[in-house]
Amino acid sequence: MKFIKFLLVGIVFGIVLTKSEAVSWYRIYEMFHFQSFHMYGIIMTAVIVGVIGVQLIKRTGTKDITGQPISIPDKDKGWKNYIIGGTIFGLGWGLVGTCPGPIFILVGAGFIGIGIVFIGALLGTYLYGILKDKLPH
Amino acid sequence: MYSFYGTWPWYVSGFIIGAVMLLLIYFGKTFGMSSNLRTLCSAVGAGKNCDFFRFDWKSQRWNLVVVLGAMIGGFIATHYMSDGSGVNLNPDTVTELTAMGIDAPEGKLLPDAIVGYEALKSPKVITILLLGGILVGFGTRYGGGCTSGHAITGLSNLQLPSLIAVIGFFIGGLIMSWLLLPLIF
Repeated sequence: MKFIKFLLVGIVFGIVLTKSEAVSWYRIYEMFHFQSFHMYGIIMTAVIVGVIGVQLIKRTGTKDITGQPISIPDKDKGWKNYIIGGTIFGLGWGLVGTCPGPIFILVGAGFIGIGIVFIGALLGTYLYGILKDKLPH
Repeated sequence: MYSFYGTWPWYVSGFIIGAVMLLLIYFGKTFGMSSNLRTLCSAVGAGKNCDFFRFDWKSQRWNLVVVLGAMIGGFIATHYMSDGSGVNLNPDTVTELTAMGIDAPEGKLLPDAIVGYEALKSPKVITILLLGGILVGFGTRYGGGCTSGHAITGLSNLQLPSLIAVIGFFIGGLIMSWLLLPLIF
């Protein structure tokens, strides 16, 4: 039962990413060519809502659903892995037009070709696990 | 101009995505999709020969449930909430794509040139899809997150590393989209 709320949140997320077309290869191409405001509007609105919400949570000391104080973990310090890893991900995002969320959503929607992207993403993740200690961080 | 069965407006979509992230924080979790790839690697036994995958993946089951929901949501939205009127691109975009031999959307989410039945018989297309996936999987784990973990969650929490990662996303995306895609297609 405790998982139902996560299932519902996931369903809403899948629907909104599909209906906003953030899962669309076309929209990602259009975004990287600065030919539409659509994707920028989505990310900007989500971040504005997020910043306001996170500030409210922090300033009011809101507890989470189990009554525990909410703490949002800071990202580890550094820059090399963020810029290099980010750029590698960006190359993939620009090529197949899918970040990880949309990979799952599109497989669910029945796109067999994205199943190949999914297998690739698992391979890539595994590859990172193997090479982790040899990479600059 | 906007309709429920067509493209949802950016301000509605962005608002709901922000709300999803805040809701997960309220549930005591952090919004992030790419970490599920690591969890899945662990679940199928990658921890046997690699430390990176040796962790209590079962503690991440909640996120796999989010992903399962997202898959169901994708199915519902494409099969029952779309009338084929969406994906109206900038006409300049369509012209550019046509010049590269990529079909116009005409309501489709993805080009037939990449995921169509005929395209999937082409070794070149299969290679593109596999390679793209590898870049996404490797890059997100190396960079510690994707669009949800860095661009939405990290920026909302004013994290400098997330801003650096997002700049990386765009460096990679711009190089691919402007320089490499025309060579590939």
